[in-house]
Amino acid sequence: MTDVPPVKDWTSDWDHLDARWREDPYPIWDELREKCPIAHTDRYLGAYLPTRYEDVRAIAQDTEHFSSRRVIVRNVRPEPVIPTPPITSDPPHHKPMKRLLLPPFTVAEMEKLEPKARAICNELIDAFIADGSCDAAQQYTRHIPVKVIAHMLGVPDSDSDLFIRCIHEVLELGITDDEMLNKGLTDMTMYFMEKVAERKANPQDDLISRLMVAEVDGQKMDDDHLLGMLRLVLIAGIDTTWSGIGSSLWHLAKTPADRDRLVAEPELIANAVEEFLRAYSPVTMAREVVKETEVGGCPIKTGNMILLSFPAANRDPDMFPDPDKVIIDRQENRHAAFGLGIHRCVGSNLARLEMNVAVEEWLKRIPKFELSGKVQWSEGTVRGPRALPITFG
Amino acid sequence: MKIKVDPDKCQGHNRCKAIAPPLFDLDEYGNASEANGGAVPPEWEEKARLAVANCPEFAIEIIEE
Repeated sequence: MTDVPPVKDWTSDWDHLDARWREDPYPIWDELREKCPIAHTDRYLGAYLPTRYEDVRAIAQDTEHFSSRRVIVRNVRPEPVIPTPPITSDPPHHKPMKRLLLPPFTVAEMEKLEPKARAICNELIDAFIADGSCDAAQQYTRHIPVKVIAHMLGVPDSDSDLFIRCIHEVLELGITDDEMLNKGLTDMTMYFMEKVAERKANPQDDLISRLMVAEVDGQKMDDDHLLGMLRLVLIAGIDTTWSGIGSSLWHLAKTPADRDRLVAEPELIANAVEEFLRAYSPVTMAREVVKETEVGGCPIKTGNMILLSFPAANRDPDMFPDPDKVIIDRQENRHAAFGLGIHRCVGSNLARLEMNVAVEEWLKRIPKFELSGKVQWSEGTVRGPRALPITFG
Repeated sequence: MKIKVDPDKCQGHNRCKAIAPPLFDLDEYGNASEANGGAVPPEWEEKARLAVANCPEFAIEIIEE
């Protein structure tokens, strides 16, 4: 965990690394939405925090004033920025890069992965089901996305630990530690350079090979862009869904009525997953203010970052009736868990597949379970359980 | 009832396709368009309304006839 000076006033000195935010951010956002819907802090070289849905939406859709060249609120803003396209791309460069990456992540492509995802979940459950207890975050949810991504990339399962370490360095430690950020990014780059070189000699039927030959307007990517895109697939596809699955199981472990209902009505799981995505959205993005403007009546000055809290937007009572209630059969749910506007998460279909399959397979094998200890939450850009002690049977 | 997807607003969240599969087509990037010229059979009208209400980009419109 990162130690930061405790926050005294959330409206003028907020800090997303404060221990209270890590433990339970929702009351903080509720208070800000009422008192100061666009809060500012001088920490992180200056940053705003919008908490209303409509403001988050307006910023996400405004690529003229808000750039994606930096998507993490950090203590330092190194130049040059190491690109991980298309998440760090702005128009007009964004669209061609995104079009290279989208086709392997369509619903139809994800359907082909489903049997593999189910097999991964069941192998993980096999390893602990006889124990009557587990740390679901470390023994189950952690391994699902990374194993599925390794399968897609065409690399060995055993590289999972390397991926998880690099991502921890980039997304958590890297917020305050430049060296860690660079180490994580460099290790990933070196890793993919080797994999790309192998495939240049010997092309495979996998995502790396597919992106190597993908073309938009008759153009392939150069190596820098290709390596950046491969880093993005890792950074964006692992902690995020690990968190999403973990929060879903955490909810079900502490809410027996919802757990029993989904066991009895598995056809409701997909709808429940959308509600978990809304109520416990894992991902907070960021933008850099590149042109002075106004949002929700507040002046927004250049040089500041925006912490773009989709999780806070998803708890806005003006958008969602009873936003703090988790209603697994909620019918109208325009949640923004995968972002809004041109940067909609490329992997949203993959995340949904993994969350649905992970919850379905768990409930089939372990229909009764409960929390048995303290949950430990990650911090920073992605929120989810990193320790989730559960007993069953 | 007819529906219309605004191609400039759609970002490929695919919520509509999950809720009302026969009413939408997807392209190779996951962007949606109305299937069959936007025609909604009566038994799909409720799902069409839900597709509209769950689109994060407010990209789908119902045209009552």
